[in-house]
Amino acid sequence: MNAARWRRIGGLIRKESIQILRDPSSLLIAGVLPLVLLVLFGFGVSLDANRLPIGLALEDTGAQGQRLARVFAASRFFDVRVDHDRRHFEDDLAAGHLKGIVVVARGFEARLARGDPASVQVITDGTEANTARFVENYARGAWQVWRDQRAIDAGDARPVPVALEPRFWFNPELQSRNYLVPGSIAVIMTLIGTLLTALVVAREWERGTMEALLSTPVGTVDLLAGKLVPYFGLGMAAMAMATLLATQVFGVPLRGSVGWLIVATAVFLVAALAMGLLISTLARNQFQAAQIAVISAFLPAFLLSGFVFEIDAMPPVIQAITHIVPARYFVACLQTLFLVGDIPAVLLPNLAVLTGFAGGLVVLVGLKTRQRLEG
Amino acid sequence: MAGPLRALVIKELLAVWADKRSRMVLIVPPLIQLLVFSFAATQEVRNVHLGVLNQDLGKESRELVARFAASPTFTRIVPLRHVADMREAIESQAVLAALHVGPDFSRRLAAGHPASVQLVLDGRKSTAAQAVYGYARHILSGFAAERVPRSTGDDASSLVVRHWFNSNLDSLWFTVPGLLGILIMLVSLIVTALSVAREREMGTLDQLLVSPLGPGAILLGKALPALIIGVIEGTVILLAAVVVFGVPFTGSLALLYAAMTVYIAAVVGVGLFLSSLSATQQQAILGAFVFMVPAILLSGFAAPVENMPDWLQTLSLADPLRHFLRIIHGVFLKDMPAATVLEFAWPMAVIALVTLGASTWLFRSRF
Amino acid sequence: MTTRFENLTFRFRGAPSAALDGVSGQIAAGRVTGLVGPDGAGKTTLIRLLDGLLLAESGRIEVCGLDPRRDSRRLRERVGYMPQRFGLYEDLTVIENLRLYADLRDLPTAERRATFDRLLGFTDLARFASRRAGALSGGMKQKLGLACALLRRPRLLLLDEPSVGVDPVSRRELWRMVGDLLDDGIAVLWSTAYLDEAERCDDVILLNAGRVLFVGPPATATREIAGRSIQVRHITGNRRDLLDKALRRPEVIDGVIQGDSVRLVLAEGVAAPDAADLGGGTKARVESVPPRFEDAFMARLGGVHKSALPARAAAAPTVGNTEAVVEARDLTKRFGQFTATDRVNFTIRSGEVFGLLGPNGAGKSTTFRMMCGLLRPTSGMARVAGRDLLEAPGAARRRIGYMAQKFSLYGDLSVRRNLDFFAGVYGLSGRRRRDAQAEMIETFELTPHLDRKAGDLPLGFKQRLALSCAVMHRPSVLFLDEPTSGVDPQTRREFWAHINARVAAGVTVMVTTHFMEEAEYCDRILLVHRGRAIAVGTPDDLKARARGADRPDPTLEDAFLDLVAAETAAAA
Repeated sequence: MNAARWRRIGGLIRKESIQILRDPSSLLIAGVLPLVLLVLFGFGVSLDANRLPIGLALEDTGAQGQRLARVFAASRFFDVRVDHDRRHFEDDLAAGHLKGIVVVARGFEARLARGDPASVQVITDGTEANTARFVENYARGAWQVWRDQRAIDAGDARPVPVALEPRFWFNPELQSRNYLVPGSIAVIMTLIGTLLTALVVAREWERGTMEALLSTPVGTVDLLAGKLVPYFGLGMAAMAMATLLATQVFGVPLRGSVGWLIVATAVFLVAALAMGLLISTLARNQFQAAQIAVISAFLPAFLLSGFVFEIDAMPPVIQAITHIVPARYFVACLQTLFLVGDIPAVLLPNLAVLTGFAGGLVVLVGLKTRQRLEG
Repeated sequence: MAGPLRALVIKELLAVWADKRSRMVLIVPPLIQLLVFSFAATQEVRNVHLGVLNQDLGKESRELVARFAASPTFTRIVPLRHVADMREAIESQAVLAALHVGPDFSRRLAAGHPASVQLVLDGRKSTAAQAVYGYARHILSGFAAERVPRSTGDDASSLVVRHWFNSNLDSLWFTVPGLLGILIMLVSLIVTALSVAREREMGTLDQLLVSPLGPGAILLGKALPALIIGVIEGTVILLAAVVVFGVPFTGSLALLYAAMTVYIAAVVGVGLFLSSLSATQQQAILGAFVFMVPAILLSGFAAPVENMPDWLQTLSLADPLRHFLRIIHGVFLKDMPAATVLEFAWPMAVIALVTLGASTWLFRSRF
Repeated sequence: MTTRFENLTFRFRGAPSAALDGVSGQIAAGRVTGLVGPDGAGKTTLIRLLDGLLLAESGRIEVCGLDPRRDSRRLRERVGYMPQRFGLYEDLTVIENLRLYADLRDLPTAERRATFDRLLGFTDLARFASRRAGALSGGMKQKLGLACALLRRPRLLLLDEPSVGVDPVSRRELWRMVGDLLDDGIAVLWSTAYLDEAERCDDVILLNAGRVLFVGPPATATREIAGRSIQVRHITGNRRDLLDKALRRPEVIDGVIQGDSVRLVLAEGVAAPDAADLGGGTKARVESVPPRFEDAFMARLGGVHKSALPARAAAAPTVGNTEAVVEARDLTKRFGQFTATDRVNFTIRSGEVFGLLGPNGAGKSTTFRMMCGLLRPTSGMARVAGRDLLEAPGAARRRIGYMAQKFSLYGDLSVRRNLDFFAGVYGLSGRRRRDAQAEMIETFELTPHLDRKAGDLPLGFKQRLALSCAVMHRPSVLFLDEPTSGVDPQTRREFWAHINARVAAGVTVMVTTHFMEEAEYCDRILLVHRGRAIAVGTPDDLKARARGADRPDPTLEDAFLDLVAAETAAAA
């Protein structure tokens, strides 16, 4: 590369950087949106059900029922309202104010005393399947505690014969924030890399500045470098900001090394940027560019990357689609780097695929980028 | 409807339909999203790979492992040999959980001593891990109950669980109606957000402003078509939900449409506000985007509203989707009564009044 | 270093006909070659072929001695190109734009300082070096665009419609700058739809529908029609009626209004008509005038489309009517510290064509927008038919018609749908609506295009449709905002024939324009500069003010420039 080319690329990079700093829309996408996302995932969106509101219908007023009520009330998972009639809860369950009802039916105490089958009924709001499962599991736990207490009272102090000791590695407090915040970084990188880049190139076509650029001696490499370098820098800066926020404000651990984090981000960012540039070669205006970017990059990064929703639980066809979503591989790297550490067994294969995407997309963009206007 | 207003509404509908780009936005993405995301947006736990490190040689442990293997949740059992293997299998995400049975398990059980097994779970996926823990505990308590009959005589007591409204806990029944709310928002927001901005960009807005239509009539002429389009879109998705996805519809259709109208009015208000605020279509699109992402996240679609901190729960009251999701799930699955629908509908009506009022004010003040 | 092309043919993908069809010509060093033709003639396509941005289907092309297909890199070092809209980055300042293009064109660091100083001085932009390009006026953007194209002293300079939307002051400065360049031996290609500009070029390539109609010095073309240009002076009757009458005669092929006179071009080999026969009154006289390039252009294109001349309504009772229909009193608009319109006063009488002229940024369009109720005045008042349109109910606004710049139609809707829409918005229904639409379709000959999308119409029909939508509800006042900006002479004549027909039926017209030919159609002109009204009068009044010993017959443009210059000097 000769001096003239370096000078051209330098000029383009300087121009683009000034535009980033002065254009409110890039500030919005690269600054405001990431902050909103991080705050929402850091503080707001939580998949951890603690304090599920339930109703406890003590239709039987006996001591065993009272005891069960105390066990439920003591559980850190439930927010218990007590009444004497299950019908008082049914409307609230339908309205979604309660997630479940525990019913101790009339005659419970008497049946227990007689040794007749006596059951505690748990009714959940099945609308949100996930929450319903949580209610069921925690109710079973509480019921088990109640049974153990009864056994001790009855003088049968033998502990549970087989105990299950859970160990939640990497995230012992079970905070979904710990994996949602790193995952959201992948979404942010997609926004900056793909949406913003596609928009700015489409804008150059729309405003006629691309025609002016093409009439100068710039080449494809200059044009691409002039776009890639500044937005790469912007992406890395956003990454640094997101990482700082994640670790310092939201208390997400960073157990892997910063070096690996930079490498993974860099590779993903190149893929995302190339994707944005590719979109801009297809779209004639900003409206189309935004549409394509949202559908082909943002939504998949959100929904098909395994960051909120479990890939393993998806139908095979959709699982197959997730394999062509670069964000999927980046999310895997991010969650491991933040919560586990430098695990080559995770990082290397994922990075290998990402590198493939990045390389393939860059080549494709190089081939597709127009040196002339279209006839 | 007065003649001028009707002309505006017809023009608006024709313009949306005649423009290939906006026609695309109305048809293709919502359908793709409905198909892909209905199935993708699930937090169910299926197809779990379980590592097993069994250091016990007795039959009790084989019996326990067999029970795990028989469970439909655990589709693959990965045998492990050493503790180090277990670490590696979890770290590399080869397995989501690993069951560790110590060397003296069978012996202790035979001797009548309490025994324990360890379940190591990958906390990177804490939701899935918790669910897996729930299943494992269920399997284990069944295993234990058979081994050591209680002497207290309350074997008769049991816990019976019923899942109302969705007895098989099919998550499609939740996601498909939820997507109905989201997609209606997407379509009507984009249609309105772009409409004024597009006319401003093309210069036709001035043409309208000098006509006998007042600013209020112009905005009404923008709001009504979006309302019509939103209701049509909603009807199509509603049909798809019932016919294609088999989601049961238990409630009142009239209530649903009434609520949908209020909901779309609220969304259209936001769209018009953004549209009056932005000078170009690009700004309008970005504005719609910046509104929509938090609106979806705070709605309770991705995660229950109850899990949020109080201040965010309060903030989410301003999100029309939050209220509409309650209604749509209620009307679909729970035969929600009119009084309850009203309870969720009036906040949307307030949002609609505020946003429509604000956009009219903003639109007038831009002269 | 020659630039020549032979038999160039180019077709856009999917287009039914070729954009350029066997075009040949050359661009000589040290001369300005004008590329002239109506909208859609293929001017921009030819420029893009010359710059290698598009590749020709067939034909030979050599640019500065290079082949654009093979040597595009070296070619771009030798060619400076200013695209339409100037190719500037609006977020960047003047100096940042220059620096960017200096980097892209590899201007050595050592030469930069001197080059920037030279260009900033040349374009008189030094004071605005740190202003963002987006905040510059149209004329300043145009000069900056030129400076960016000139950074490396190109051998060939391609200018694509540099004067669209630019006021006469800036246009004249651009000509001065280009004139200076020619001394260095640069070849300039200047594309334009304005024929007064074409006339100043050394050579002209006249394109129409992708084919060359004429190549050579403009004087050659005008010589061909020598003796066929006449002017009817001292008209006592209505000059608009006279023009209409003249154009309907077979011996007249073209005609325009020039202030109080009417200029006509005769068909080949016919005698001039008698002024009295045309209805000019007893004092009217026909004088032979030197032909202009525009006359030659119209003659080559076959003159005015006579079939497009609108039927005239019976003469309206405008006589003696001096009622003020439009009135501005101390009209003022401030945006923050900046006063865009400063205590402007004027009245427009019923049936009058009133022009609003001024340099870019003079407050012309602010004033215009306040008059039609699109902008709230800071103080003072704007009244139409005695009411402020901003506050008036819909019924008052039904009395006005408005045609925005760039023919603001709904491009995705068919012609019929556009008519339906505007009829509906103006509350026409039932029989009134059917009659009004039928009249528009007939008057503007829209029948063959009814089901075409408005956006796909040829420019002339777009303009007709825009006008028909603005007048369908029979407004008594018509507001026209730069109605013929970038439009070729033939279409402009048709447009004004329609406007004149409306005026004859009693409609009052307020029009803004940058274009002096158009201003000549006005009964009176208000000239605004820096927010203030600096002159008002008939076109001939204003011309008379610029008359001097050295300039016995000044043009309206001369008058405009003199008045603006005098005002600027007085302020300084």
